[in-house]
Amino acid sequence: MADTLKLELVSPERLLLSEQVEMVLVPGTEGVFGVLPQHAPTLSTLKPGFVEVYEAGAVKERFFVTGGFAEVTPQTCTVLVDEAIPQATLTAAYAAERLARAKALLDQAGGEDERKKAAGAIAAAEFMAQISVG
Amino acid sequence: MPSLKDLRVRITSVQSTKKITSAMKMVAASKLRRAQDAAEAARPYAERMERMLGNLAGGAAGRAGAVPMLAGTGKDDVHLVVVMTANRGLCGGFNSNIIRASRVLIRELLEKGKTVKILCVGRKGHEALRREYKDNIVNAFSDFGRKVVVFSEANVVASMITELFVTGQFDVATMVYARFKSAMTQVVTRQQIIPFPVPASAAAGNADVVYDYEPSDQEILGELLPRNLAIQVFRAMLENAASEQGAKMTAMDSATRNAGEMINALTMKYNRSRQAMITKELIEIISGAEAL
Repeated sequence: MADTLKLELVSPERLLLSEQVEMVLVPGTEGVFGVLPQHAPTLSTLKPGFVEVYEAGAVKERFFVTGGFAEVTPQTCTVLVDEAIPQATLTAAYAAERLARAKALLDQAGGEDERKKAAGAIAAAEFMAQISVG
Repeated sequence: MPSLKDLRVRITSVQSTKKITSAMKMVAASKLRRAQDAAEAARPYAERMERMLGNLAGGAAGRAGAVPMLAGTGKDDVHLVVVMTANRGLCGGFNSNIIRASRVLIRELLEKGKTVKILCVGRKGHEALRREYKDNIVNAFSDFGRKVVVFSEANVVASMITELFVTGQFDVATMVYARFKSAMTQVVTRQQIIPFPVPASAAAGNADVVYDYEPSDQEILGELLPRNLAIQVFRAMLENAASEQGAKMTAMDSATRNAGEMINALTMKYNRSRQAMITKELIEIISGAEAL
């Protein structure tokens, strides 16, 4: 049995991470799930939250993602994200700025679609503000 | 025979043209680097997305009530042609190649009796096509990719395509753009984006793997497909941007070379006529002296 699996974290702009890891925690829409090698094949949508990379039983890296998809096979875990922010970048000030920007977006929003998108951005930013304090 | 002064003026003007074209070449080369890097960086996402979708679609396509974006509307009457060009000229045959390919496609479709709608991304394509197919153009974007191609712009285009599709305004969508091969070669490509063509290998290769879907496969498909559309558009825009800079670099390089050749020829001519004039003056002086 393989004791690592290949994690790939990809955003539209670039490949963020591609390496062998022991375990990864993925924020699925239906709940956060952990992926170990030999995980059952799964496709899931993601909600805003952390992708956590584990090594030797401890968190090695954390990325905040705003949403996306995860594909899990026994040997691989591919996470396609809309946007990923390394935890180091995620400060309270950054979150506040995002929130302000999202609110501005809502003010300008014309159609139903845009309003929905802006509301989603606000929710993500508020979530960021919450977790960034810690 | 142009006078010496005329020649001198022409040489200076060609020289300044050469300076401009060589500067443009340099600018294009550095922009090309950036565009190429961006295009390459975006590739993994698009590839993985395609694979994921292939897995999903392999299972879902056969079933009744599959999502129309994957299975098509069942008709083939109205075609949407997405023409992607640059906003600016001076890049060799880049724009005209894409426009020519689009015209061929449009004419083919019209001959088969289909209705054609056109969506232009990039100013040049719109300018060229609006004369001939004014009534077919549904919309045009002309201020995208000014500096760099960003995903949100691709998203705007994609959501417009999605909206047109959802409201039943077309059945099949095809993109025409230039795929970047190298600075010298750009391949004009047609790519069908709706209904999404499931890659045969992906559909066949993973048929035996049963996935768990969270929430459900239909819901994931419903999210993944519009997303994939945006990614495909984004990728095409990136490839196009890289191709444009490549074409511009090549065009400006040959323009610089041509200007250099012209300067050489003109300088030669200038020197010859200067020599001829000196000789003539000498002859005049000598024969004047002899006459005395």
